[in-house]
This record gives sequence, C-alpha cells and structure tokens, in this order.
Amino acid sequence: MSPDAPRTSGPAASIGNLIRRPEFGTLIGTIVVYAFFASLGGKVFLGAPGWSAFLTMAAEVGIIALPVGLLMIAGELDISVGAVVPAAALTCALVSGHYDLPTWYGVLAGLAVGLMIGFINGYLVSRTAIPSLIITIGTMFGTMGLTLGLTVLIAGSTGVFMTPDPVAKLMLGESINFMFRVTIFWWLGFALVIYYLLHVAPWGNWVFALGGDRDSARNAGIPIRRVTIGLYMLSGFAAAFVGVSQVLTFGSAQVAAGQAFIFNSIMCVVIGGVLLTGGAGSVVGIVLGTLTFSIVNQGIFFSGLDPNYGSIIIGALLLIAVMSNDTFRKLALSYATKK
Amino acid sequence: MADKTPVIELRNVDKSFGPIDVLHEISLKVNEGEVLCLLGDNGAGKSTLIKTLAGVHQPTRGEILLDGQPVRFSRPKQAQEMGIATVHQFGGTFPLMSIGRSFFAGVEPTRGWGPFKVYDRKTANRIAVEAVQNFGITRIDDGDRLVGGLSGGERQSLAIARAVHFGARVLILDEPTAALGVKQAAHVLRIVNEAKRRGLAVIFITHQVMHAMAVGDHFAVLIRGAIAADFRKGEKTREEIADLMAGGESMADLESSIEGYMESHDGHVPPPVH
Repeated sequence: MSPDAPRTSGPAASIGNLIRRPEFGTLIGTIVVYAFFASLGGKVFLGAPGWSAFLTMAAEVGIIALPVGLLMIAGELDISVGAVVPAAALTCALVSGHYDLPTWYGVLAGLAVGLMIGFINGYLVSRTAIPSLIITIGTMFGTMGLTLGLTVLIAGSTGVFMTPDPVAKLMLGESINFMFRVTIFWWLGFALVIYYLLHVAPWGNWVFALGGDRDSARNAGIPIRRVTIGLYMLSGFAAAFVGVSQVLTFGSAQVAAGQAFIFNSIMCVVIGGVLLTGGAGSVVGIVLGTLTFSIVNQGIFFSGLDPNYGSIIIGALLLIAVMSNDTFRKLALSYATKK
Repeated sequence: MADKTPVIELRNVDKSFGPIDVLHEISLKVNEGEVLCLLGDNGAGKSTLIKTLAGVHQPTRGEILLDGQPVRFSRPKQAQEMGIATVHQFGGTFPLMSIGRSFFAGVEPTRGWGPFKVYDRKTANRIAVEAVQNFGITRIDDGDRLVGGLSGGERQSLAIARAVHFGARVLILDEPTAALGVKQAAHVLRIVNEAKRRGLAVIFITHQVMHAMAVGDHFAVLIRGAIAADFRKGEKTREEIADLMAGGESMADLESSIEGYMESHDGHVPPPVH
C-alpha cells in the first residue's frame, strides 16, 4: 500500500463509496423505469392515480419481499408465502365471518397461521439438509391443500365473506382518498423495523454471516437454527399480514389468491441487489427493487402499450439486475485489493 | 522443557468409526510456545485427528489432557470455550462482510440499552484492525473493507488473529499455507511465529517441508492413522523429512514395518521412530 492511497473518508471517496454501494444500480433502475413510464403515461401516471397504483402494489408485495430478502441474504428461499397469504386470509374470514367472532380474533388467528407455517419451514430447513426451495414448495402445497379442504369442509364453498369492524378496517384495510391504502404505511413500518434488524442490530450480522458461510457461522457461535427459524417466522408473519389486510380491505377471501407473490417477491429482492447466493444485500435495495418492479407492473397500464409487454420489461430488468449485481460485487471486492 | 506440563496432550488415543479403526494409539504433546508440525499423506488420518482435538469426534479410547487435566468434549463449541481453536483453509471469514463485522461475527460489540442494542461498527473495526496489525499485517488498516478483497494470506491471518483475540490457547491450523503464493505463505508463517512467541500451542498441518521447517519445533508423521515418526527440530535433515512426507523410500519402509508389527502384535502399533 502506498501511503497516499485514497482513504474511505473525504468528499471524493464518498462518491466512490456511493457508486460502489449495491443499491446504487437499483436506484438508477428505479429512476430510469419511472422516467420511461412518465414519458409514456403522462399526467395521469405522474399524478395521484399513477402513484397510488404502483404504491399499493409495492406495499403488498413489499411487505413480503422484505423478509424474503432477509432469507435470501441468509442463503435460503421461501416459496410458501404464496400459500400463506390465502391461508391467513381464509382463517381470518372463517373466524370472523363464518363463525362471526370479533374481527381481532380473526386477525390474530390469521397471523398465528403465518407464524406457525414459518416455524415449520424454519424447523425443517434447520434440521435437515434438504434445500429450502424444496421444503417450502412442500409446505406451500400442504398449506394450499389444507386451506382448500378445510374451507370447503367448514364453509361449503371456496370463498368466505366477512364484515370487518370499523377500527380494524381503518387500521389495516382502509384507503386514504379512496386511493392510497394504509398498507403503504405498514410497508414503511416493516421496512424500518427490518432495516433496524438487519443493519443496526447485531442480529443482522448473523444473517449476513449465515448467508456468507454457514459452517463458519456455526463455528463462530452464531445460533444458526434459531436465526433460521426466526427468519422463516418473519416471512410467514409478513405473508399472513398481507393476507389479513386483503380480507379487511375487500371483505372476502378466496382460496386461489397469492400465487403471484412467490415470484414477485423474489424478483423484487433480486432487482433490489440481493445476491442470489446469499451473503449480501440491503433493505434500501429491496425497497427500491420493489418500487421498480411495481412501477413497471402498473406503469404499463398507463403507457398505452400492450400490457403483455410488461412481462418482457420485467424479465429484462431481472436479467440486468443479476448481471449488475455481479459487477457491483466485483467492484466492491476489487476496490479493496487495489490498495 | 520436558518437565513442563504440556498445554495439550493426547495419550493413546484411538478412534474408530464402527468397525473401521482410523487412529491407532496416538500420543502427542504440545507445550506452550511450541509448534508441532503434523505431517502425513492424504488419508493418513490427519483430519480425523484434528476433528478429535476440536471436539467434533470423541476418542474411542485414550484421553486428551488440557493443562494436565483429562477433558472430554461433546461438542466443538466446548473445545472452543476451553481455548482450542481450529482455523481451516479460508474458513472462519466471510468474503462479503467487512473485516470488522467478520471479525466479530457472533460476538458483536454493541452500544445502547435494553432491547435497542446497536452494532458498534467503530469499536468493531478498531479492535479488529488492531488485532491484525499486532500480528504484523499492517496492510490491513480499514475495518470497512470486505474480507473477500483481501489476499489469501491476509484472510488466513485475519482468521488466526481472530482466534487468538478470543482467547485461543491451542491453535490448530489446517493447511494454512496450501494454495498460497510464496509471499502470502510467508505472511502466514510470520503469524504462526508470532502466535508461538505469545505462548500459544500450535498444531500446524502442512504438506510443504519448507513451511514446516520454518516454524516447527517438533514434528510428527502420521501414516495409516499411527504416529510413524516423532522427532524434534534438528534431529532430521530436510531431505529426510521431505522423504517422509512425500512418501519416499523411508516412508514405504515405515509403512510396511507398521503393517508387519500390527500383524504380529495383536493390532498394536510400533513405538514411533525417534
């Protein structure tokens, strides 16, 4: 090292640091995508309708993408979220609609279902050597089957209605100005809590270590089983939260809802710069990735383009994201060796 | 030196997995401030021996003594808590984490109170950089750098510094210089000498005679799970050691004599050659 090698502080270095941050590529993506659809969609997209469309979508998928992102940083996947969303929604609707118990009972029961499935996932992943992809596909199908079977058995149909009490609806299912759903604020809340967990609290270090090298993490004395179970319970809880908020918003729950969340959440996370192999990623990146994904997904309806082309853009974005993640990671590593 | 209590000692340790005997009557001593070089071909039982020392396996017969007291580890964690640290090739560090975070993985320093504990980045970085620099690796001066950006030797040094910082007294180094260039290996050897100077008992596993000669005080050659030769520095020439390690003539001799001895002595192994 030469003595006059650049330091990490100072104005010149800080721009360099910003560019080297993994979120930087995602931020550029978000801006480009927004500008693209703003130029096509015009005033409607730039105004409240546009923002409400993509923010509402971003909030729902974002609440799930945050804990799924944590799991991916820890080197695991969670496919079962797609089944937890309807399972929690139907549990809530059955308890508070079919059995007519107070809304809060339904909400708590729905969330408990999410935590329980998360626990099962985490337990299986941490106790066996089976890849988490397979385990969570298994629990997804199990949960779907149970949800369908029990709903038909209890309610006699695949859809259940409920009338939420006004306070619960205000907190979880209301919209401001008929456009901005309160889930947007919940998403912000989730992002702050998970930001604290991952980047501020010492626990976050364990998540990174787990994704970086599982054996070394165990050798370092990190309780990897507890961390894994905690992460899955978090993603189960978040998926259940989205399911419950859907019931309170629409007053009904369907068995076949939520499949889209599986791929959408993973895409948001990958576009957000989380490494597919685990060990790196950030909450800011995941939030930006979610925004990018939602802007494309909803912007297409404002642009006058054939909505079918939206998928092409999302597919291309995903590939670009994965490639640039790799490049940014190499940059971050080579920066250190050059000194 | 002979009257000192060794930091770690193995007495007639056997290890079998079901019907397969992997280690035969292993007896070894390592004093503080001493480096024991464990030499042996692939499949000689080196890994099993390391794992037995590190608490991954329990000896089938025989005992392990730490400071003269018999100990039995049921888990690796227990061995670690008693000061036995194993550093594997490239192990113990996380490529995409910063030096500070990697150094303190699992035992992060925190600020704040109650449930609102905050990871103390500055303290972590400062202590980690200090610990590595005290070992003579002055190139590492920024705790925010990613571990993956360090050279192989630096990563190995970081892992050793970490083990020593967290109270290791026995350091087991599993081929720390394999796959390293000459300069990088020199880094690691310097660290091993520094650990020795600080009074640690070091068990150094290697294939390279030069590296073994550079730091070793005491050499043990493992063949077919038995200690075939056990000698101190200066008792054998480099050529003799190289021949032993590389499986040359004298190794072949030893190997056949062990087999013959075991057949005629009820499965017992001959005493090591001095």
